[in-house]
Amino acid sequence: MSSPTLPPGLAIQKADERIMTLNVGPQHPGSGHMRIVVQIDGDQIVACDPDPGYVHRGEEKMAEYRNYTLNVPHLERPVIHDSCNILYPYVLASEELLGLEIPERAKYIRVIASELNRCIYIQYWLAIYGIFLGHSTMFMWPAGDRELLIDLMEKMTGARVTHSYFIPGGIRNDLPANFEDVCLRQVNYFEKRIKEYADVFYENPILISRTANTGVLTRENAIRLGTTGSVLRASGIDYDVRKKEPYDVYDELDFETPVLKDGDSYARSRIPWLDMMESCRIIRDALQKMPKSGSVRVKLKPNPKGELGSVYKRIESGRGALGCYIVSDKKPEPYRVKLSVPSFRNLIAMPHLLIGEKLGNMPSIYWSLNYWPVEADR
Amino acid sequence: MSIIAPKFKLSEFIKSILDNIFWILLILTLIGLPAIQFILFYIEMPVINGELLTPFLALTWLADPSRSIPIIKAFMTTDLFRIAAFPGFGFAALIAAGTIFVERKMLAKLQLRVGPFYCGKVEGILQLMGDGLKLISKEIIIPAKADKPLFWAAPVLFVATAAAFVALIPVAPGWVVADIDVGLLAVFAVIGFFPVITILSAWSANSKFPFIGGIRALYQMVSFEIPLILSLLGVVILTGTLNLSEIAASQSSFPWIIFLPVGAIVFFITMLAELERIPFDLPEAESEIVAGWLTEFSGMMYGLVQLGTYLKLYAFAALFVVLFLGGWNGPMLWPPFPEEIITEGIELGPVTAQFPGLPILTQEMINGTLWFVLKTVGVIFFILLPRGVFPRIRVDLLLDLGWKKLIGLAFVNIFIALGLLYAGILGPGGIF
Repeated sequence: MSSPTLPPGLAIQKADERIMTLNVGPQHPGSGHMRIVVQIDGDQIVACDPDPGYVHRGEEKMAEYRNYTLNVPHLERPVIHDSCNILYPYVLASEELLGLEIPERAKYIRVIASELNRCIYIQYWLAIYGIFLGHSTMFMWPAGDRELLIDLMEKMTGARVTHSYFIPGGIRNDLPANFEDVCLRQVNYFEKRIKEYADVFYENPILISRTANTGVLTRENAIRLGTTGSVLRASGIDYDVRKKEPYDVYDELDFETPVLKDGDSYARSRIPWLDMMESCRIIRDALQKMPKSGSVRVKLKPNPKGELGSVYKRIESGRGALGCYIVSDKKPEPYRVKLSVPSFRNLIAMPHLLIGEKLGNMPSIYWSLNYWPVEADR
Repeated sequence: MSIIAPKFKLSEFIKSILDNIFWILLILTLIGLPAIQFILFYIEMPVINGELLTPFLALTWLADPSRSIPIIKAFMTTDLFRIAAFPGFGFAALIAAGTIFVERKMLAKLQLRVGPFYCGKVEGILQLMGDGLKLISKEIIIPAKADKPLFWAAPVLFVATAAAFVALIPVAPGWVVADIDVGLLAVFAVIGFFPVITILSAWSANSKFPFIGGIRALYQMVSFEIPLILSLLGVVILTGTLNLSEIAASQSSFPWIIFLPVGAIVFFITMLAELERIPFDLPEAESEIVAGWLTEFSGMMYGLVQLGTYLKLYAFAALFVVLFLGGWNGPMLWPPFPEEIITEGIELGPVTAQFPGLPILTQEMINGTLWFVLKTVGVIFFILLPRGVFPRIRVDLLLDLGWKKLIGLAFVNIFIALGLLYAGILGPGGIF
């Protein structure tokens, strides 16, 4: 039997009847905006090939044609739920290039907005984690409690989701009157609510039996694969950019970073929840230490030109360390803007965790990586 | 907060009910009356007792209780009424519809939202009807590679099997569609059909996700059927019969759950697994395998499978009530019907009305049905509750639970029953 002649570059793969190839995504309730090509033998995953890139929008290229201020509204699109945090490194880097000195009050307000946004993002993430595990109450509760903070952000910025609040030179507008009291009340209530999630979700025996000891990422692998954020901290490594390289006023605030040692899916799902409680603490502390009045932005010239050179800034977002690299060539537009996003770094760990697991563990491991497909594609 | 439902107001509630009544009356008058006249125009009327049955005469008979009540009573003893209306399909479908509504509202309250609210004006009571109309009006899409006859047959078979299950349930003394001596064996036989239909539909769709879902359903149902059957043996040992009516009648003084709590717990857990409800909804696990074995069903085919699922839910809850909670037995709630009304009639102002043949239903039947429905609704509530509290379990943990723990507990239950029987406390010739 002669083999058929094939065009160069193509080869016939021998089919194994035991192995079934599943295309999980892009149109699948458990995939997000991406595709995972999974090969299963019975109920066990034997090969896994994450395939991102379905929502690539060319944000970095777009940033080369707009000046430093006009880049703000479109650069936050990759993660609209965490829009303050994804703008943060860009704003810090462009301020250094433009040579701006930021008022003290603006720095505190930035920290408050950033922490509120972290909570909003984590609540959204938690809601989807709940529905991935078939727990519909855990979908509705975070999605409802998130509204509290979204209302706060609406009072601050005027927009519910895409705020465009941080601009080079400070923040867009000052806080409304009486904001401190409302913020304190909402945040206190929010913290009370998220503590109730333990009863219905985190201490649920079925949840623990399903997620504990699955998708274990060891300490060595977590470092070797270059993971970041909650994935890294769930594997027992205390690394938080807010502590290691404090930006704005984080070195003056009192908080801790939660670290767990197990490195399994359950630990990875707990870290963001513990993060939210620390965020509430930071917000309360910042509200207390914030200067009560003062300017919140530096006046910019129209079309400001950056100095010749390049700057790299990092912050801790809801998913992990988020960096922005800007190269300037003394023009109003940046020469190059590169976003180094945590989602893409955590995606690299996915094949290592999924191979050898049961198909039923796929959604919980996938979403415990704190991965946002749109951000990875940029 | 963003959207908050309007607060409940009694005046608006009454207004909305009056609105609905107004529209129903208007539609009946505008469509119903011309339709009736149109039909009467074409139908040849029969001659009864030497009189031509004109429409006026028919209406007179309807208004005359001495003629209409015997007709109604005669109709209620027919098999058609039993199968289609009361202990059979109609009654079960009504409870199933109520279950869907209660499930949606209760889950909504648990999750701090409102649930169906606008359809039907009163708390979204017509939402189910709207969903049904939507499903009927949708296009039915059959996958190109599907085995078409089997794929078409699967939803119909599913509903038919669920209806067969419903037919075996005794609701009140003497009110059961199929009163057979091996009722419990017939129940096991009907339950045994469900995995066959599931794997048939999953395989005939010729698609990957339904296939995985079908295999999962097969694993789940087969491994939970054994503890299910074993957990019911305790009741059979104590009553010495397989007839469901006799099992229900044997619990006139106490329900079996007092003596066989282990069996009741095992049966309840296996029931959740057989019904594919959370935490055992692996065959329809959304985030893993889309919708499992239901993935390729569209339009009314999906609607039929859902109807079958809820009929099955009612039937399982009713079986639990019959076997463990005493069926229709309970203290009298319905006041007895005074004999004088039949013999002497009622004085309504100046008129004395005679109602020969009253009452239509016996006191026992109404009281039994009331208790049966109350208990069934209670069991259904506990079946629905885990959906708001638990996440989905994994396949290996599920099989572990079924094969190791539940079968052991079911044997413990059998030993308890045997012990009670041989100690002479319960069963034929026992103290009670």
